[in-house]
Amino acid sequence: MADTIVSTTSLTYAYERKNILTDIHFELARGSFMGLVGPNGGGKTTFIKIILGLLQPDSGTIYLFGQPMQQFKDWSKIGFVSQKANTFNKGFPATVFEVVSMGLTAKIGYFKRFTAKHKEKVLRAIDQVGMRDYANENIGHLSGGQQQRIFIARAIVSSPELLILDEPTVGVDQENVQRFYQLLHELNHEHGITLLLVTHDTGAMTRHATDVVCLNETLHFHGDPKEYEKQTKQDLSDLYGHPINSLTHEH
Amino acid sequence: MIADFFEYDFLRHTFYTGLLIGIIAPLLGTFIVVRRLSLIADALSHVTLAGIAFGLFVDKKFAIGITPLYSGMGFSVLGSIFIEKLRAVYNAYQELAIPIILSGGVGLSVIFIALADGFNTDLFNYLFGSVSAVSKQDFYLILAISVIIVTVILVFYKQLITLSFDEEHAVVSGIHAKRIHFLFIILTALVIAASIRIVGVLLVSALMTLPVAAAMRLAKGFKQMMLFSVLFGEAAVMIGLITGYFFSIPPGGTIVLASIAILLIAIGKKRLSYHSGGIAYGSK
Ligand SMILES: Nc1ncnc2c1ncn2[C@@H]1O[C@H](COP(=O)(O)OP(=O)(O)OP(=O)(O)O)[C@@H](O)[C@H]1O
Ligand SMILES: [Mg+2]
Repeated sequence: MADTIVSTTSLTYAYERKNILTDIHFELARGSFMGLVGPNGGGKTTFIKIILGLLQPDSGTIYLFGQPMQQFKDWSKIGFVSQKANTFNKGFPATVFEVVSMGLTAKIGYFKRFTAKHKEKVLRAIDQVGMRDYANENIGHLSGGQQQRIFIARAIVSSPELLILDEPTVGVDQENVQRFYQLLHELNHEHGITLLLVTHDTGAMTRHATDVVCLNETLHFHGDPKEYEKQTKQDLSDLYGHPINSLTHEH
Repeated sequence: MIADFFEYDFLRHTFYTGLLIGIIAPLLGTFIVVRRLSLIADALSHVTLAGIAFGLFVDKKFAIGITPLYSGMGFSVLGSIFIEKLRAVYNAYQELAIPIILSGGVGLSVIFIALADGFNTDLFNYLFGSVSAVSKQDFYLILAISVIIVTVILVFYKQLITLSFDEEHAVVSGIHAKRIHFLFIILTALVIAASIRIVGVLLVSALMTLPVAAAMRLAKGFKQMMLFSVLFGEAAVMIGLITGYFFSIPPGGTIVLASIAILLIAIGKKRLSYHSGGIAYGSK
């Protein structure tokens, strides 16, 4: 039996009486690469924020790594790249190196120091997103897409077991999107990191993901990407309200 | 003239205290500035004034010797807790806490000052700082506060910077944002109380922010900004103390003017290096 990393049962969330999520039963198996899709406003970001404990659901239960969320303490097992990379403090005078180091803060804890080993990890993460030359640049001096790559580095530097990414490639150029998927593939295959990726790039997702979930207030699909592709043509176009085209169609 | 600072006991205490606050005020100030809490420091300093006025009043009317620095510190810490509560209540309008606390502090100060039958030199010293007001006890208290501040910043440095940069990320990665923030605001209250003897209530927030504003222009990265801030803060305090003593001006005024001078130089220097950079680039 595959071991389940995240599961929710009858999860419901409303924003001022408007239902955003209704009765979500969800499971994420260890080792999988799950794509989370759905129309704008479908509740993907909300769902992720609930899983991360940033929002309180109105009802339902959440289990993280086999523990009820209230008891879950080991947050360094989870890396997160937020949809809005611009929630960070603009103009904050930190270098790329300093920003990526922040991904280790909670893991290192209060009384231990930042060692040479940590430094190496940080540099490796910066390297993995192809930003080695920028390690000593001020984060505020980078372009939006470059900043986004730095935040990806910050999320992976602590070697999380689960990586949650909310539209991480928005603003990243085509070449680096390719590299990014390559990186995700590596993380998933070679390092066994479980991935939950929110994206509108259904083409890339059917190529890379092992599972797909489609969310629009309720879960509309939960299964194999190939199966999803087949269904997409008909059912999901009703859901989105217009025909679906995969953004990059090549197999 | 500088020799005076070592010859007279009271000046020596002032000098050492100046060295201490030249470190801790800008050190904490870097976090205050990047978290955009400069005005909170200002509000807290006015609450501290209320505490000092309270101490002077109790001392005068009931002859109970409360050291005004202690009552000021007490008020400041209470004020910081109150600010946090207000910021939670007005979540979407967090800056509302500032006028509420600031006016509350001034209002209370006025009442206590009036009850204590008005102004005296003591109060004047607390408002604008003084070269001669630092007692041996004050010095030891400020030394203790400084040790606490530096230790806490060393221990929580990583958490503080992570939280200041991106609160959402900090929370998700399991940092206790509320606790750290609370600790931080208490530290701010303590630094204000410690600095008041020398810079005075009205100008204490300047010592926490102006050196940082100058450092921000020149530094690359957060650590360097902290270092520059402390250097600028020290320079401002020393220049201010010495000129203040020499011209018999309350050091609050001279320290702030020295800080502003440093700030202007930092701004000018940055301009200059932009220009020379541009020329070098163009001449290639
Ligand atoms: N703070 C808020 N105030 C009001 N409504 C909100 C708030 N946050 C979310 N919502 C509502 O919740 C719904 C779901 O939003 P959410 O951000 O989860 O969608 P999403 O699937 O991530 O969309 P996108 O693809 O555009 O990122 C939207 O209809 C939005 O209007
Ligand atoms: Mg979203």
